[in-house]
Amino acid sequence: MRYSAFQIFKQGLTGNKHWPKTWRTPDPAQQYDVIIVGGGGHGLATAHYLAKEHGITNVAVLEKGWLGGGNIGRNTTIIRSNYLLPENEPFYELSMKLWEGLEQDINYNAMVSQRGIINLYHSDSQRDAYVRRGNAMLMAGADAVLLDREGVRAQYPFLDFDNARFPIRGGLWQPRAGTVRHDAVAWGYAHAADSRGVDIIQNCEVNGFIMEDGKCVGVNSTRGSIRAKKVAVCVAGSSGRVMSMAGLRLPIESHVLQAFVSEGLKPVIPGVITYGAGHFYISQSDKGGLVFGGDIDGYNSYAQRGNLPTVEDVCEGGMAMMPVIGRARLLRMWGGIMDMSMDGSPFIDHTSIPGLYFNGGWCYGGFKATPASGWCYAHLIATEQPHETAKGMRLDRFKSGAVMDERGAGAQPNLH
Amino acid sequence: MLINHPQLGPRDAAEFVYLGDASLMHRPDAQSPTAAEEFHDYLHLRDNPAGVHRELWYHEQGDRAWLIVTRNTLTHEITNVQMARDVALAEQQGHVAS
Repeated sequence: MRYSAFQIFKQGLTGNKHWPKTWRTPDPAQQYDVIIVGGGGHGLATAHYLAKEHGITNVAVLEKGWLGGGNIGRNTTIIRSNYLLPENEPFYELSMKLWEGLEQDINYNAMVSQRGIINLYHSDSQRDAYVRRGNAMLMAGADAVLLDREGVRAQYPFLDFDNARFPIRGGLWQPRAGTVRHDAVAWGYAHAADSRGVDIIQNCEVNGFIMEDGKCVGVNSTRGSIRAKKVAVCVAGSSGRVMSMAGLRLPIESHVLQAFVSEGLKPVIPGVITYGAGHFYISQSDKGGLVFGGDIDGYNSYAQRGNLPTVEDVCEGGMAMMPVIGRARLLRMWGGIMDMSMDGSPFIDHTSIPGLYFNGGWCYGGFKATPASGWCYAHLIATEQPHETAKGMRLDRFKSGAVMDERGAGAQPNLH
Repeated sequence: MLINHPQLGPRDAAEFVYLGDASLMHRPDAQSPTAAEEFHDYLHLRDNPAGVHRELWYHEQGDRAWLIVTRNTLTHEITNVQMARDVALAEQQGHVAS
């Protein structure tokens, strides 16, 4: 069924009792062209673009839990394309353009809201770095505006401009950035992929790969053995766990990142703000909650919950940037498991095993990348060639030396 | 998290800096003919287990000692803490003895 204003009207007249399911609940078939392991945002987006852009519809998405239960439903919903490196920025700008047309493409209201992001700067050197970054963004076709102090004040008068240690000097503004209703991204991609014939199979945990003659030809799962010509893994924080079943070690550590939501408040923050002197980012949801986060906890974890020192650190960042937040009460906090790579950048690549593909290492930047990640992964799976914008995202880049280290921190995942 | 330092007793994990898997203590031999390959794996690849993990923590806000903490990455439960120095020395002696 196609969602439309007419449908809302029609279903409303009949008490909203006849809406069909957003996606089917099929049993797994014996054989597929492509199996995607992991029904998160990236996996579902991959399935959608495989079906729509490459005509490959004999596809199964295997999800160990339920759709929207992983990082796609745990992030702080920010979308942006304000990266620096030429291996990253065109990819994230592709993602931004796909976000802009997403709702029409998948026929689902994902509440894409281009409310803008401002990265604050607090010193001359930071301003220079943002000028450089802004120019890199413009060269990749993105938008960037350098704001001075008054430019920031016009949008956010309540920030602590005269903070004694870190006065706000201005900011790098990307007006096209914004937020998206994250659960709806999973549901929308699932709806779109399902309507083209993709089987989405929930509560189906993969517990091994079927190898024949050194090739990957399927998976063993809690729903039995399923064979496929190609197996594409896309499991974010569980990357290490899943790929170890194929005997592969990855340049990835799993870390916990916490996120926070305050009680619902009257509208106060129109866009997204990030602090430049610490790690803190904040926006306000349409329900009024302040949605914010900061650094990862910094130690290997699969626990989906963090510890208090990071909570304190995040709240200190918030207080230093906008003291007004001190009056808000925290409503909820939670953790998600991040696949932190050795240079802070992701992978979309073949593995050393024919028939087995890998997508991961998104660190804590995976949500904004969802459409482009699916687009480029589908391109790789369908054509066997990396997409133009994802050529650098190779698994062997630490061997070749072509690392993509935005932060310049080296092979220390908890610093990215 | 509290890390039970062998010499100082229970300390707040916030006093420590985390490095990673304790296997980082075992630096490859630079003279080995396959040193380039070994250093690539040593620097960049990780087991990244879900469960028991031996890892290096540095007591930066304390006695500046390196500790080997055995911790469960699924629960954050810490089951053993050793001085990295003691472990390294024991390994060295074991190596000499054999």
